[in-house]
Amino acid sequence: MSNESEKGYLYFPGCSLKSTGRAYEESLLELFRLLDIPLQELDDWNCCGATSYMGIDEEAAFVLGARNLSIACQTPGRDLMAPCSACYMVLRKTQDYTSKYPQVRREVEAAMKRADLPMPGQVKIRHPLEILYHDVGAERLKNLKKRNWLGGTIACYYGCQAVRPYSDVDDAYNPVKMDELLRAMGVQTIDYCLKTKCCAGVLTGTVPPVGRRVNYILLKEAVRKGAQAVVTICPLCQINLDAYQKEISAESGERFDIPILYLPQVLGWMLGGRKKELAFHRCIAGRRYLNEWLRETKEEEAYV
Amino acid sequence: MERQIRYQREARPAWGAEIAKLPGCERLYSCIQCGTCSGTCPMSLYMDYTPRRVIALIREGFYKDALSCRTIWLCASCYSCSSRCPQDIKVTDIMYALKREAIKRKVYPSRFPTPVLAREFYRLVKMFGRNSEFLLVFLLTLKTNPLGFLTMARTGIALLLTGRLSPKVEMIRDAARLRKALEPKEVA
Amino acid sequence: MSKPVEEIRIGVYVCHCGTNIAGMVDVKNVADFASRLPGVTVSREYKYMCSDPGQELIRQDIKEHRLNRIVVASCSPLLHEETFRAATAKGGLNPFFFHLVNIREHDSWVHENRQDATAKANALVHAAVERVRSHKALTKKQVPVNPAVLVVGGGIAGIHAALTLANAGKKVYLVEREPTIGGHMAKFDKTFPTLDCAACILTPKMSSVKSHKNITLWSYSEVSRIEGYVGNFEVTVRRQPRYVREDLCVGCMECIDACVFKEAKFPNEFDEGLGKRKPIYVPFPQATPKVAVIDPDRCLNVKTGKCKKSCVASCDRGAIDFTQKPEDRQIKVGAVVVATGFKAFDAKRSPQYGYGVYPNVYTSLEVERLVNASGPTSGEVVLRDGRHPKTVGIIHCVGSREEHTNRWCSRVCCMYSLKLAHLVKEHSGAEVFNFYIDMRTPGKSFEEFYQKLLKEGVHFVRGKVAEVNDWVLDPSEQGKLVIRVEDTLLGTVRRIPVDMVVLGVGLEPHADAQEVRRLFNISCGTEGFFLERHPKLAPVNTFTDGIFLAGCCQGPKDIPDTVAQAGAAAAEALALIDSGHVELEPNTAYIVEEECSGCKSCVPLCPYKAISYVEDKKKAVINEALCKGCGTCVGACPSSSIKQNLFEDEQVFSEIRGVLADV
Repeated sequence: MSNESEKGYLYFPGCSLKSTGRAYEESLLELFRLLDIPLQELDDWNCCGATSYMGIDEEAAFVLGARNLSIACQTPGRDLMAPCSACYMVLRKTQDYTSKYPQVRREVEAAMKRADLPMPGQVKIRHPLEILYHDVGAERLKNLKKRNWLGGTIACYYGCQAVRPYSDVDDAYNPVKMDELLRAMGVQTIDYCLKTKCCAGVLTGTVPPVGRRVNYILLKEAVRKGAQAVVTICPLCQINLDAYQKEISAESGERFDIPILYLPQVLGWMLGGRKKELAFHRCIAGRRYLNEWLRETKEEEAYV
Repeated sequence: MERQIRYQREARPAWGAEIAKLPGCERLYSCIQCGTCSGTCPMSLYMDYTPRRVIALIREGFYKDALSCRTIWLCASCYSCSSRCPQDIKVTDIMYALKREAIKRKVYPSRFPTPVLAREFYRLVKMFGRNSEFLLVFLLTLKTNPLGFLTMARTGIALLLTGRLSPKVEMIRDAARLRKALEPKEVA
Repeated sequence: MSKPVEEIRIGVYVCHCGTNIAGMVDVKNVADFASRLPGVTVSREYKYMCSDPGQELIRQDIKEHRLNRIVVASCSPLLHEETFRAATAKGGLNPFFFHLVNIREHDSWVHENRQDATAKANALVHAAVERVRSHKALTKKQVPVNPAVLVVGGGIAGIHAALTLANAGKKVYLVEREPTIGGHMAKFDKTFPTLDCAACILTPKMSSVKSHKNITLWSYSEVSRIEGYVGNFEVTVRRQPRYVREDLCVGCMECIDACVFKEAKFPNEFDEGLGKRKPIYVPFPQATPKVAVIDPDRCLNVKTGKCKKSCVASCDRGAIDFTQKPEDRQIKVGAVVVATGFKAFDAKRSPQYGYGVYPNVYTSLEVERLVNASGPTSGEVVLRDGRHPKTVGIIHCVGSREEHTNRWCSRVCCMYSLKLAHLVKEHSGAEVFNFYIDMRTPGKSFEEFYQKLLKEGVHFVRGKVAEVNDWVLDPSEQGKLVIRVEDTLLGTVRRIPVDMVVLGVGLEPHADAQEVRRLFNISCGTEGFFLERHPKLAPVNTFTDGIFLAGCCQGPKDIPDTVAQAGAAAAEALALIDSGHVELEPNTAYIVEEECSGCKSCVPLCPYKAISYVEDKKKAVINEALCKGCGTCVGACPSSSIKQNLFEDEQVFSEIRGVLADV
C-alpha cells in the first residue's frame, strides 16, 4: 500500500455521480471503505464544465476547473480523485493549459480575481483506476478477496477521456490496467479491441440514432468476443451502454440484455461488499443475470 | 443543377490564421491531409465534412462551410483524432474553437440539438454551479423536439425506477462568486 | 626585443553576401565604423567578397596600401576561411595575418532588427581588428598519410566503397558486425523499378570482396576504438568468436546436419524470423564469408558445456573450435568510410496496426523474404495461419512523417510498397490495396513504375490507415482483418476487409548510432542520422577530417543513391590518401619550456593523448600532430606555461576588449 492511499484522497464526484451515475459513487465509496482508505468529498465543488463548456466559452470552461482545483489546494498534501472520466480530463486539461498557454493563464487569473478566489497551486489529479492499480495494487486486492466472481467473462471498457489525451492513467491505444486487476482477482476478461472507442458521449441524448448505433457496435463486438458483462470506469459510458439496450435490440433485431457494471462494483463484490451498498439495483440491463450471479450466503449476511 | 466551384473571393485565409492562434490550434498548418483523424473518428461517417476536410476548409479560409457544417456538432470529444494525428494536431481543440466561433456568429445548424444542449448546460451550471441532468434533458427536449418526450419515456422511466434521475436541483453555496468569475470579461 | 615595432596596417572588408548580410546589416555603416578604428588603413564593403574580384581587392590593397593585417566580415569560417587565407597569401602576406568575422550565421541570419544586427556586426569587427594586431606568422604542418582505408559496414554501401578503393590499388579493411556481408539488400527479392533480382546483382560483388587481394574482410567484428587523426588513424577491431575457424571452414554445412538439434527451431534473423535455423548455421546460401557460425545464446555447448559436440566430430577439417575468444586486431589507416546502414522501424511502435497482435500483419522486410524464391516459403505467399491471401492491404508511411515516431519521409517506402504490391499480386493473384498519403516517385523510371502498377489493377487509396483490427460489422468481415481509413479522394471513411496487411516501415538510425557517432567523433542530425559536413557541397564528408559517410547511415536512400554515394565517399578517401600528405591547422598548443614546472596535471586531461612527460627534462611536451587545439591544457596549466597558436592570451583578451569597447 502506498503512502498516498494511507493518507486518503480528496474526492471530486462531479454531477453525474450524484444522479445517473449514482451507482458509481455508491460502489466507489463502499469499495474504499472496504479497503479502509479515507475519502473526503471536495467542499462545495462545482460542475467541471465537461465538454459542453469548452464549445461555448473556453475561458469559462477553464474557470470552472480552476475553482475546483483552488478548493482542492486548500487541503494540501492529498491527491484529488476524479472518478468521472470527463471530470478527470477537464481538470487535467485546466492544469495543462493554464501552465502551457500564458493567455489562458492570464484570463483565468483575471476571472479568479473577480470572484476573489485564489489561483490554484499544484495538486495531483488521479483517476480511481490508476489509484487502484498503483496505490492499492493487485496484491492487496487479492489478499482482501472474499468471493469469487460468478458473473462470467467481462469486457473491460475504458472509454475515451480517461486514457486520452492525458494517457498516464494507462496506454492511450491499448490500456490494460483494468484487465490486469480483474485477471489478478481471477476474473476472465476478453480481448476487447473497442475498449477505447467512444461511447458517443452526450450525442446519445442529442442525436439518438447516432448514439445508439455507436453503442450497438460496442455491445455487439463485446458479445461476439464472448463477454457476459461490460465493466466501465465512467458514468457516461455506463449509461450509454446500459440505458438503451431495449431500443438497440429493437432497431438491430439482435437481442441485447447484458449487465453494464462499474469497476468498483465488481471489485467491491469480490471484497465482500453487499449488493445494496454496491448499488447493483441501479443497473437497467441484464438484471436477471445479476440476480443469478450475486448471491449473498446466509453466513456472509451474518458476517457483514 | 448546382454549380460546384469555390471562388477565391469567398475565402478568408486570414480567418484561418486567427483560428491557428487559439490555444490548442497552433499546429493547424502542419496538416498533411492524411485522413487519420477521419479514419479514427467514430462519428465521421455521419459528418457532412470529415474532420480532415474541415481542417482544409479552415486553412483555405472557407469559413462559412467550416462554421455551419454539422461536423463540429457531431464531435463527441473522444480525442481519438488528437492522440492519433501523426502531426500532433489537437483536432478536438480545433472543433471546440469552431463551435465557439459558430455560436458567437450564430451560424450553427438550427434545431440541431447539440449546440442547444451546450447552451442550456452552460446556463444551468452558471446559475447553480452544478448540472441537473433531469432539467437539462427536459430543457433540451422542449427546445428541439417536443415529441421526443414520447420516445424518451422508456429510458426516463427506467432511470427514475433505478433512482438515477431526480428532479432535485443541487446548488453550490458559493454560487454567487462563481457567477462572478464566469461573467464575461468587460469589453475594454 | 630588438626587432623594430612594425606599423600595423589593417584592411577590413565587409561582405554583402547579396542580401544575405546586407538585408539585415547596414554594411556601409560597418565599413565606416571600421575605417575609424585605430590601425585600420583600408575599409571597404563589397557585394561578394568570395568572388574573384572580391579576392583580388584584398591582394591589390595589400600591395598598394602595404597592408599587413586582413579582416573579412562575411560568413562562417567553415565555408570561406581557406578562400581568404589564400587571397591573403596571394598578396604576399602570411595567411595567418588574416581573421574572419562571421556576420552571417552569427548575425544577419539570426536577428530581426536591423539596428541591433548592425551594432553586433560593428562589435564583432571591432573585436577582430583588436585581435588581428597580435597575430603571428604561422605555417601549416604537413604529415604523411597512411594509404590504407577502413570501411565500416558491409551492406551495399560498404561493399561498393571497398571495391572502388581496392580496385584503385588501395588496401581496404572491411568490417561487418553480422556474420555475413550483404546487409539489407541481400534480403530483398527484387529491386525497384527494374525488378531485377537483388541477389543476382549483389552476390557477384560480395564474392569480389571475398576474393579481392586488396580487401581484408572481417565479419562478425566491430570497431571498438579509433585514435589519431586524418591520414593517421589507429583502429582496434574486435573480432567476436564464431567458434568456427575461418581459415579451415569451407562452408560444406556437414556440421549443421550433425548438430544435436535435429530440427531447425530458432528464428533465422536473415529470414526476419519467418524461417528457422539451428544453433550452428550459415545465414543464407550466398553468405560471405561462407563460414558457419555458432550462436552462443543457442548452442548447448557454449551455454552449458554439456553437449556431445557432434558438430566437432562431423568436421573432417577440424574447423570447429570452442576455445575461440574475442580477439582484438590493431590496424593503421589514413581514412575511414562509415557505412553502417539503417534499422527498419519497429512496427510495434505503431500499435494501431496490430503488428505482433494479429499474426497476418507483416512488415515489408518480412514480405521481402516471403516472396523470395530462396526464402522460407520458396516464394509462396502463405500466411502465418497457413492460408493464402485473397486480399492484401499495403500501408505506406508506417513510422514515417509522424511526430510521435519519426518525422522524416523515409524516401524508399512508396517505391518498395509498389514493388511489393506487384510481387504479391504476381505470386498470389490476390487483390492488392495500397494506402498512401502522398505518392513519392521522384527517381529515374519511378513514375513509370507507378503507371505500370496502376495498369496492373492495384487499388490505390489515398489516406493514412487509422487502424487495423478484427471487429466485425458486416458478415463479409468475419475472419478478416479490417482496415479503417478515410479515402481522402472520395472524402469518406472506408472499411476494407483483407487477409493480409503489409506495413511499409520506415528507415531509422541504428539504436547504437549515438555510440558509433562518439566512437568516430562525428555528428548526428536531430533525427539521429550521421551528419554530413555540408548538405549540398560536402555530402559525404563529416566534420572530422578523414572520416566519410556512405549509404543510409547518413539518411534514408535507395540502392542507386547509396551506390552513388559510396562511390563518392571512396573518391574522397582516394583524393585524401593519394595526395600523400595532409596539412594540419597550426592552432596547436605549445609549452613554454622554461616556465613549465613539470606538475603533469595537463597529461591526463588531454583527450587526444597528445601530451607526454619527459622524465629527464622534467617537462611536459606536446605532440603537435596529435593536438587538436581544444585548449583544455591551456586552461588547466597552473603556471600558464601552455600557450596556443591563434588563441594566445593577448589575442583572446584583445578580442574581448574589442567586442566590449562600444557597449
